[in-house]
Amino acid sequence: MATDAPVLRTLTVLAGHDKSGRAEQADVAFRPGEVTALLGPTGSGKSRFLHDIESLAAADTPSGRRILLDDAVPDADRRFALQGRLVAQLTQNMNFVLDMRVLPFIRMHAESRAVPDPDATARAVLAAANDLAGEPFGDDAQLTQLSGGQSRALMIADAALLSWSPVLLIDEIENAGVDKRRALDLLLRSDKIVVIATHDPVLALSADRRLVFEHGAVRAALHRTTEEARLLAHVAAMEDQLSDIRARLRRGAPVA
Amino acid sequence: MRLVTVAGPPSCGKTSVLARACGLLAAQGVRTAVVKFDCLQTRDAAAYAAAGITAVAALSGGLCPDHFFATNLEEAWGWAAGTGAECCVIETAGLCNRCSPHLRGALALCVVDNLMGIDAPEKIGPMLRLADMVLVTKGDLVSQAEREVYRHRIRQMNGRALIRHINGLTGQGCQELATVLSRAPDIATVTDMRLRFAMPAAVCSYCLSETRIGARYQKGNVRKAEFAATPPRDPEGEAAYAACGEGDAGAGTATFREHPHGD
Repeated sequence: MATDAPVLRTLTVLAGHDKSGRAEQADVAFRPGEVTALLGPTGSGKSRFLHDIESLAAADTPSGRRILLDDAVPDADRRFALQGRLVAQLTQNMNFVLDMRVLPFIRMHAESRAVPDPDATARAVLAAANDLAGEPFGDDAQLTQLSGGQSRALMIADAALLSWSPVLLIDEIENAGVDKRRALDLLLRSDKIVVIATHDPVLALSADRRLVFEHGAVRAALHRTTEEARLLAHVAAMEDQLSDIRARLRRGAPVA
Repeated sequence: MRLVTVAGPPSCGKTSVLARACGLLAAQGVRTAVVKFDCLQTRDAAAYAAAGITAVAALSGGLCPDHFFATNLEEAWGWAAGTGAECCVIETAGLCNRCSPHLRGALALCVVDNLMGIDAPEKIGPMLRLADMVLVTKGDLVSQAEREVYRHRIRQMNGRALIRHINGLTGQGCQELATVLSRAPDIATVTDMRLRFAMPAAVCSYCLSETRIGARYQKGNVRKAEFAATPPRDPEGEAAYAACGEGDAGAGTATFREHPHGD
């Protein structure tokens, strides 16, 4: 959708060491259009890992990791071109603060990306956001008056379709009041490297790969197996069943 | 000694990011001395001291803080040189948005935060427009979309500055700031250096402690705004502002010469 964004074929995190100085087991390579889930308790090193990516670590951070872009150490020109914008982040933040209406705001974002038709682009983002949000919202809504779920839906759609950054990091999509599997589909189509920190079994299993953290290092990199894909279908069906019961309860419809 | 001027609206995080960056420099053996220019009161010197940074505060009190900064820069530089520091950082707070402490030949930083509103980069004026590097704080409190749109607005106002998101609480971006500070121009003396943008003219009766309201109390360099049905225009201000792009520090004084008298 945009032309000025840096193109990245692969990003590689070369293994560093954990908090005790023990070597990390293996390098981790990321490619666009791939979703990786990060798992592990608080303090296990997920944030450090993401910070290493964002700062293009060169064995100069506590983990000793190094980052390669397209299999090469980024030179000064490339570092400068990225200008600290390698990683777009969607934190658990659920509200906007800018005093603007939805359409002008997204259109301004589109204009900043110099897309050929900012208005059509902005409308596509709003349509995608409305597709994710539980309750739709209009073009004229004030950003600050959107509900948590609407805000989050707009943030996800905007990040997937308009963000400059080739790497997108999402924290806890599951608590957001948005349709998380549709959100995941949208993100997959964004052709970004998508990394999701999550505790949700459906989301974790939906990812192509899971990185499990312990004591400041990647302990395991697990690709989804055929058995796990079957399990995913099973837990997704369970979740659909739960959603159906929830929807019926809200309507006062019979549930049993 | 290297020289850096840092400007930004009150409470945008200047001291937090500078204390972090200066601390990182100290760890590398590079000593900094910070002079904080403020208006009425400040606890920032203590905040720097707590971070192990040599710092002093200078309060303008009843004087225009911008003019006070310019009239005390030589002395501030002398003090910093006396500390044996390698890098002198001048932090100015609470200056009016019309003003800018930036000097030709020194490194000029502007700090703004993400919560200031979409038109803030336009309102802040020369302290942002003439800066070499713009540091944006409080990005953790807004969405990615807002960060990107806000950055775009800053870029529209200043086409050449390095723009960085920075966080004084988590330390994000502070290492890079430290590197930038350590490469600031190394100069011999501030004497005969020139401001990048002229300070506002201020020689009216209110500069001399007049408190009464009314045209008959107003003497000196007084200019009346036009309150018309159409939005007022300020051609002099725009001309002075346009001239700042060419770095003509004398342009702002045109207002003073052309309109020496009010009443």
